[in-house]
Amino acid sequence: MAKVEFLEERCKGCGLCVLTCPKNCLIISSRFNRQGYAIAECIHPEDCTGCALCAEMCPDVVIEVWK
Amino acid sequence: MKQKFKRPESLIDVPFHFCPGCHHGIIHRIVAEAIDEFGLRERSIGVASVGCSVFMYDYFDVDVLEAPHGRAPAVATGVKRARPESFVFTYQGDGDLAAIGTSEIIHAANRGERLSVIFVNNTTYGMTGGQMAPTTLPGQTTTTTPYGRDTYVAGFPIRMTEIMAQLAGVSYAARVSVHNPKALMKTKKAVRKAFESQIRDRGLGFVEVLSACPTNWKMKPLEAARHVEEVMAPSFPLGEYKDDLQTSGT
Amino acid sequence: MSDRKLVNGNEAIAMGAIDAGCRFYFGYPITPQNQIPEYMAAHLPEVGGVFLQAESEIASINMLLGAGATGVRAMTSSSSPGISLKQEGISYMAGSEIPGVIVNMSRSGPGLGGIAPSQGDYFQATRGGGHGDYRTLVLAPHSVQENYDLTIRAFDLADRYRNPVVVLGDAILGQIKEPVILRPPDRAKETRKDWILTGCAGRKPRLLKSLYLTDGELTEHNWRLYRKYQEMRREVLYETVGTEDAEMIVVAFGSVGRIVKTSLEMARESGLRIGLLRPVSLFPFPTEALQQAAERVKRFLVMELNTGQMVEDVKLSVAHMAQVDFYGRPPGSIPTPDELFKEIQSAFERMS
Repeated sequence: MAKVEFLEERCKGCGLCVLTCPKNCLIISSRFNRQGYAIAECIHPEDCTGCALCAEMCPDVVIEVWK
Repeated sequence: MKQKFKRPESLIDVPFHFCPGCHHGIIHRIVAEAIDEFGLRERSIGVASVGCSVFMYDYFDVDVLEAPHGRAPAVATGVKRARPESFVFTYQGDGDLAAIGTSEIIHAANRGERLSVIFVNNTTYGMTGGQMAPTTLPGQTTTTTPYGRDTYVAGFPIRMTEIMAQLAGVSYAARVSVHNPKALMKTKKAVRKAFESQIRDRGLGFVEVLSACPTNWKMKPLEAARHVEEVMAPSFPLGEYKDDLQTSGT
Repeated sequence: MSDRKLVNGNEAIAMGAIDAGCRFYFGYPITPQNQIPEYMAAHLPEVGGVFLQAESEIASINMLLGAGATGVRAMTSSSSPGISLKQEGISYMAGSEIPGVIVNMSRSGPGLGGIAPSQGDYFQATRGGGHGDYRTLVLAPHSVQENYDLTIRAFDLADRYRNPVVVLGDAILGQIKEPVILRPPDRAKETRKDWILTGCAGRKPRLLKSLYLTDGELTEHNWRLYRKYQEMRREVLYETVGTEDAEMIVVAFGSVGRIVKTSLEMARESGLRIGLLRPVSLFPFPTEALQQAAERVKRFLVMELNTGQMVEDVKLSVAHMAQVDFYGRPPGSIPTPDELFKEIQSAFERMS
């Protein structure tokens, strides 16, 4: 069991997490935060292995990971 | 469930001002993780340079001193000589370290100052809008090389890690990048070794991190990360160029 | 009973620094001040201090900035062209309010100039010297004894005001040898420092910087610095010789002030009542003292080893109250007391 949480107001929609996730759990959504960036989100939480590579790649420390 | 990944303690919980996809955020976090891991926060004194990294003091929860452009290694020398028990690190960009600050970094390294230097190379002057840097590649377009860098007129990219590795006072010199997780893990190891160079009183520890500047390269974040891997890394080969930490000693 | 020794001028400065508790020196060779780094190299290790010959004057001022930020007493020295190189670092020290002592044993300029003494760095020293609205305290010795005493004072002032302080000498003052009474100060009275960078154990992290980008922040910071420089006015220092009954007052500092003292004796012997007002602090400038003198004395002659720098400050002070004449000797030849006496005579006649 594993999960990720996004601090959505910090996300800049750069997409590095989406590219990195080995299970393709993440996308850039169509939702915007107050900064005007499209926010990344986990659309397949059931596939998350808690590898934390998304969090490692995120330049803005947006993602927290539990396993 | 246990928390597997969270913000390091030494990284202040505020948004980064960096552009989307800029690698400074990753590198700042890796440095903060190393400060936490070695328990250095309370004896750290960071020396901030000039460029996109000038706001280092907004992000690292340690004592910080501002240095003039390029002079961080000299300022850090003064700090470390005055307070040798402190942990002193600099964080500099390519204009700061390899243009105006070449003399200061070479001589601090030559003296074997017990400092840890993080050198972020993105082949451009980011903060000022994308002018040529000493690390700009031949043919690369910047705002001061609008026709592409012509080596006949503007010289060649400078490879700092190779130069650092030649100096006897340098105990560790490596070039790494953070464009993908595998590369990022090597950066973590390199930063730790650069810290160890100081902690174990061996010499200056130097890490050059190839980094993306999507805004001034006029690329999207993912394109910029690919550019680091496919275009920069061949010209600035990754690897450990000097590692005295293996040899006997404390 | 204190020591009295025959000491070289440059070395007296280094001795004063060590006696004041300076344990860190960063410098670079340049004529005519090399005895300072050489003395420091020999004697700082004896007291557990650190001597570092830096790769340039730029590197050494930045090392001073770094060391000063951690609260230790530190010093650099150089001569005119090297002091030009240090201006960026001095501006940063002033903006971040980091104390330190910078010694300038002036040589001739502009450019490579020469190694003869000059007073051509007066503007540079008293108007900040680098970019931005800032000032450093400036102390101008005229003897080897003052080299020693004023260097000690410089460290106290630097700490008291959290500011760089310049000791402005010249090639003569660096090379002469005179007897000096060594009187190390009472270190217990030093300023306590609650702003220094030492690692944040037991407290919140501190930041020393000069960058202020938020709207209005830098304006307020500059006014605060300005108010500090106004407070520095209480540190004014000057010497007067024979001004009580003078018909004309010579204003001269440093070596020229020294030579003029002999010229004054010649003047008195010839029947001319000439006095000397010798500024010792160039910033703050002894404006009030000059104005007080100008209430009674209406002739001032400014004499300097340059083409006219301190004369502007004298004019700003008293030109509305008295005549101000000028004798300038650009660097390259040292005037004798006799030559200056003749100039004093001519000036007196011109202003009568």
